[in-house]
Amino acid sequence: MAYSVKVLDHYENPRNVGSFGNEEEGVATGMVGAPACGDVMKLQIKVGKGGVIEDAKFKTYGCGSAIASSSLVTEWVKGKTVEQALDIKNTQIAEELALPPVKIHCSILAEDAIKAAVADYKKKHAEQAVP
Amino acid sequence: MFAPVYFDHNATTPADPAVVDAMLPYLSLQCGNASSRHEYGRAARRAIDEARSKVAAALGAHASEVVFTSGGSEANNLLLKGAAGCLKPGLLAVSAIEHPCVLRPAEQLRKRGWTLHKLTVDADGRVDAANFQAVMAAQPRIVSVMLANNETGVIQDVEALAALARAAGACFHTDAVQAVGKIAVDFRRLNAAGVQALSLSAHKIGGPKGAAALVLDKRLDIEPLIAGGGHERGLRSGTENVAAIVGFGVACELAVARLATTAARLLALRGRLERGLQGLGATLFGQAVERLPNTVYFAFPELDGETLVGQLDRAGYAVASGAACSSANPEPSHVLQAMGVAPELARAAVRISLGGSNTVDEVDAFLATLQATVRRLQQLTAMAV
Amino acid sequence: MLKLPIYLDYSATTPVDPRVADKMIPYLVEKFGNPASRSHAFGWETETAVEEARAEVAKLVNADPKEIVWTSGATESNNLALKGAANFYAGKGKHLVTVKTEHKAVLDTCRELERLGFEVTYLDVKEDGLLDLEVFKAALRPDTIVVSVMLVNNEIGVIQPIAEIGEICRAKGIVLHVDAAQATGKVAIDLTALKVDLMSFSAHKTYGPKGVGALYVRRKPRIRLAAQMHGGGHERGFRSGTLATHQIVGMGEAFRLARLEMGAENERVRMLRDRLLKGLSDIEHVYVNGDMEQRVPHNLNISFAYVEGESLLMAIKDLAVSSGSACTSASLEPSYVLRALGREDELAHSSIRFTLGRFTTEEEVDYAIRLLHDKIGRLRELSPLWEMVQEGVDLSTVQWAAH
Repeated sequence: MAYSVKVLDHYENPRNVGSFGNEEEGVATGMVGAPACGDVMKLQIKVGKGGVIEDAKFKTYGCGSAIASSSLVTEWVKGKTVEQALDIKNTQIAEELALPPVKIHCSILAEDAIKAAVADYKKKHAEQAVP
Repeated sequence: MFAPVYFDHNATTPADPAVVDAMLPYLSLQCGNASSRHEYGRAARRAIDEARSKVAAALGAHASEVVFTSGGSEANNLLLKGAAGCLKPGLLAVSAIEHPCVLRPAEQLRKRGWTLHKLTVDADGRVDAANFQAVMAAQPRIVSVMLANNETGVIQDVEALAALARAAGACFHTDAVQAVGKIAVDFRRLNAAGVQALSLSAHKIGGPKGAAALVLDKRLDIEPLIAGGGHERGLRSGTENVAAIVGFGVACELAVARLATTAARLLALRGRLERGLQGLGATLFGQAVERLPNTVYFAFPELDGETLVGQLDRAGYAVASGAACSSANPEPSHVLQAMGVAPELARAAVRISLGGSNTVDEVDAFLATLQATVRRLQQLTAMAV
Repeated sequence: MLKLPIYLDYSATTPVDPRVADKMIPYLVEKFGNPASRSHAFGWETETAVEEARAEVAKLVNADPKEIVWTSGATESNNLALKGAANFYAGKGKHLVTVKTEHKAVLDTCRELERLGFEVTYLDVKEDGLLDLEVFKAALRPDTIVVSVMLVNNEIGVIQPIAEIGEICRAKGIVLHVDAAQATGKVAIDLTALKVDLMSFSAHKTYGPKGVGALYVRRKPRIRLAAQMHGGGHERGFRSGTLATHQIVGMGEAFRLARLEMGAENERVRMLRDRLLKGLSDIEHVYVNGDMEQRVPHNLNISFAYVEGESLLMAIKDLAVSSGSACTSASLEPSYVLRALGREDELAHSSIRFTLGRFTTEEEVDYAIRLLHDKIGRLRELSPLWEMVQEGVDLSTVQWAAH
């Protein structure tokens, strides 16, 4: 159980914990994982003009590496466009947090959470675009 | 008031003060179970890993080849029954002079369909080469020959025997419980010659009772003797005896560091003792061949060994009349019988096994006491006749 | 000043009581003889010490010293009892009965016996962790030769109805083995009253050293065993190998202290355990695993809902606790004992075993309570599951995007 300094930092001081109201303007939610698998991540993004992610929040049920991975992506997606956010790869997350092989799935889940949130945004955006 | 002199180091040895010091924390605050994930458990795990490295280093083995057991008897049982369990029953060959903890498990394997051959030894206690080669021709699956004998101290040419066994396709094990700490034992070199497993024990080398190891070439499959929890790579379940294992590690480290000086000192003492014994008319066993530097096995014909050791104990000298484990057994030593020694002479056998703390003065005083004791007993015997 | 981490894992192992260590140390150095050495005072001295220790172990459980066989620990005792009895009585039948919540040392040994041609029935337990005697009776067959049921469970601390099981087995002539590794010093054991034939003991769960245990082998009626370790014929042939005197002396002293002190100690520990339970019971969605009445006072096994196990252990690293039994906790798989209770089928629970002991203090318990309140609250703040539950969502109806 050797956690890296960065995992411990994010675990002890998780960034951007919380939730937006689902009805708030520009908010999209990605929820991935399952309790039976031991991890559930909820990533929310708040997208402003030009598709730029202005804010992000998360809640995670999971191990220290899962919490750290989701905390990290909330920091990374902020300021990016939704398209740029999709470029974040699990390998980058794993590398940044120095995740051991048995914890790589946490970074994959975090990448999936971004994809799910962006997909939710696009879905909502498409709905709004077709009045 | 006098302190008795201990001349029975092949039975067991006192733990070295440095060994006890290393063990004490684990009999106190460092209480963790090495399987626990918390800090107490991890500290215990680290201590075991460190000890494993020390044991391995002392033998030129790799740490991953060391399997801890509760004692030498368990290590020998584990290897013989464990290797047999992974093979089709066939021929099993062990030397006739093995310790009972090799002989008895070997005999047990007969119940599982194995054929047991006891390898003969010559008059000096060395495995008989012609017999060995003949047995190898019958392609045994398992061969076990001890590195040094506990009673005579006679050292076998295990490298040569293992090479022959390997050529015959057999798995070769050596019980090195008496050899480690007294002569150089290099598992890598033995392994290169064909030895696939070796047993050693802590309490014979200044470590505590309750810890020992089987050093095992990982290409050799064995099944566990004790199931439940999968400790020691699944080969030996049960909560690790952290304190004793830590003591074992330190004892191995010390034994190797001190080997050269200890062996030279013991050899000088042994020479002095033997010259004295010969002067008193004793018969010495295994004299013509290479032996452990600490062991002298002798007999005064017509003097009962049990009686003599009893007298010597009263005079303040702790010696043995045979292997400790079978001391209650009035049968003459199976080792001497295998060497062709007549039962009457075998019953007279006495073993002295020296240790690092013994001195020239102790040896000289002992010889004087022995002389007086032997004279008295001889007179009694003569009167009885 | 509190020493961190606080040790609350007394069922994994206990510290050696300093009084026990003091008794042991002389047998490492000056009284070092091999108890099997019959030819000199060094051997006699340690042989006497070994027999005194044997008498102490026998006394704690009201047995005859001749019925006590030394082993390297309870795991070896369990192996010797089960394989020894199964092999010896194989002519009478090939069926054994045990329970799904037994220790691995029993379960793995039974698996091995199955490979050797024996048949084993593994009984379920009730939701409270206790064996249903009707279920037990129904499992016995004419060819049942051995039954193995533990006295105290290592994970949930429940006490099985051994007296009743003993009556049933004796009436049918079935050998009863009881793993009492977790029981000594915690529940009174009277082997003249209990119809138990074989009983396993461990020193290191009762403030003695690791590396030593014992097996009780009944003499009247006489129980026979096939030895598992062969050699010099020590322990009347039941178990060969040099006796580790200092460890045996330690076990004797530990069991002597247990006999003298268990009454008062259990009351003190029960008070601390109840304080811990009370302190945690105002946290929402916590559940005790296992019956609270038929249970040793040292154990509290609690499930915290909507908190993940590994992050919880990480959050409470100032507490040395176990998430399963020590032998299996290297992996974070759900405990097979809790699964047998039907608890681990529920979603998103984390279970912690708190086991208290001789050196646990009120201050330590209070610290643990505060820490758990704080950390459980924090992890639930982080948990999307907790948020959903607060919003009234039934988690079992959610379609999870499993990966």
